[in-house]
Amino acid sequence: MTALLQASGLTAFYGDAQALFGIDFELNAGETVAIIGGNGAGKSTFLKALTGLVRSRPDQIRFDGETIGGLPPGEIVKRGIALVPEGRRLFASLSVEENLLMGAFAQRPGPWSLQRLFKLFPILEQKRALPGTALSGGQQQMVAIGRALMSNPTVLLCDELSLGLAPIVIKEIYDALPAICAEGMTAVIVEQDVSMAQRMSRRIYCFQEGRVALQGASDSLTREQISQAYFGV
Amino acid sequence: MVETLLQGLLLGGLYCLFALGQSLMFGVMRLTNTAQGDFIILGSFAAIAGMNALAALGWNNGFASFLVMLALVPLAFAFGYALQRWVLNGTLGRDPLPSLVVTFGLSIVIQNLLLELFSADPRSIETGGLNTASITLPAGLAIGVLPLAIFAVALVATGALQWLFNGTRLGRAFRAVSDDKEIAELMGLNSNTVYALATAIAFVLIALAGVLQGMRTTVSPADGPLLLLFAFEAVIIGGMGSFWGTFAGALLLGITQQIGFRIDPGWGIWIGHVVFLIVLVLRPQGLFPKTRG
Repeated sequence: MTALLQASGLTAFYGDAQALFGIDFELNAGETVAIIGGNGAGKSTFLKALTGLVRSRPDQIRFDGETIGGLPPGEIVKRGIALVPEGRRLFASLSVEENLLMGAFAQRPGPWSLQRLFKLFPILEQKRALPGTALSGGQQQMVAIGRALMSNPTVLLCDELSLGLAPIVIKEIYDALPAICAEGMTAVIVEQDVSMAQRMSRRIYCFQEGRVALQGASDSLTREQISQAYFGV
Repeated sequence: MVETLLQGLLLGGLYCLFALGQSLMFGVMRLTNTAQGDFIILGSFAAIAGMNALAALGWNNGFASFLVMLALVPLAFAFGYALQRWVLNGTLGRDPLPSLVVTFGLSIVIQNLLLELFSADPRSIETGGLNTASITLPAGLAIGVLPLAIFAVALVATGALQWLFNGTRLGRAFRAVSDDKEIAELMGLNSNTVYALATAIAFVLIALAGVLQGMRTTVSPADGPLLLLFAFEAVIIGGMGSFWGTFAGALLLGITQQIGFRIDPGWGIWIGHVVFLIVLVLRPQGLFPKTRG
């Protein structure tokens, strides 16, 4: 089967500093893949490279049979890859509803609309007129997910959904993920909580210092294998 | 006293038009256009040149003036768009110095270009008597028709800009790129295009201010820096990036200047500067900071 999204020998740099060292990655249609790893392992940089926020060579990333490496972020989202960024990064001067509508700027057809999102996260409908940043951390995360879904993506990239959230809120957020993926959505979740990553995904990639240290089916990897790849010991 | 306040309000309307473009550009791009005043004067001279050209063709009436003003709107829009897209976008970044240096350079270029083309002689736009017409009010008061029209234009322009910012898809794009350019691009926006559109709209306001200034009084190529000062003061008193704040700041500046002029004809401008400095010291963020929905 040809992968829907594929990175081949992906490298990325911040100025002179190299952050990714030849990442090989495959994502098949309809599956959820988790990326785990410690701080500075290159997980977020990898997602930024996939979405065009960090430059890469054209032939290093293929999506739906076409090379997309080096394309600007706006072009990549129009092709169907959306990112829920680390730290939510809502637009401070926009209301909840306006933040969600920003996701629809790419104007891709699909099932996601404001009404559909308000069914998934009913609390957002009640708070639609408030500034996005006036919400609790969990509610802000819902807005960030909703904003990405409004572009009706084929692939949803989620960067550390649980960052800075209480366990009960994390559960609420991750409980919504199966409903999102039930539509055939393909997803990549970057997560530091290994147990959560194993539960939510079919396959896992473990990054370490900008390289893939381990990969395999989520239910077949042992704690020892993951610990060794995660910590490098 | 009532007359002084009234004249101050009307003068503030003109200052508001000087400042709105600056407020828009700063609100969206954090770009301080130090050539703002010179672009206003360029607008005045563009109108004067257009009317002279039509007069040379035998068209020397109110309709010709209207045609020139109408033609200036798309010209200013296109000029602002091109300037931002191909010159000023290259200066944007965390360091504000490149944009300051480039717009300062543009200011010098415009002043010298206008001197070369039009000489240092003051000129004005023919209004057919509109600039001397007045309306008589009760209690022996009178206000000029043109200043009143300028105030109305300032009021409408401020309201329209605030509506554009808060009530339209383009305004949402302006606010989004202002908040977080990187994430806005992830939503499918091209920040360079959004910036260019913001400057294009700012330049329509600049051209409007230039034409009205040329109708109200005489203009000369060296007038720009003083107009920039008034624009700066109005924007900073009102709060950077807030349109109604800019409007309020401009009115406050106009009123304080008029009070100064009433005390002594030589005091008006510097009393305005003193009020500006007091606001800067006591409330550096301005009276109504940042445009919000």
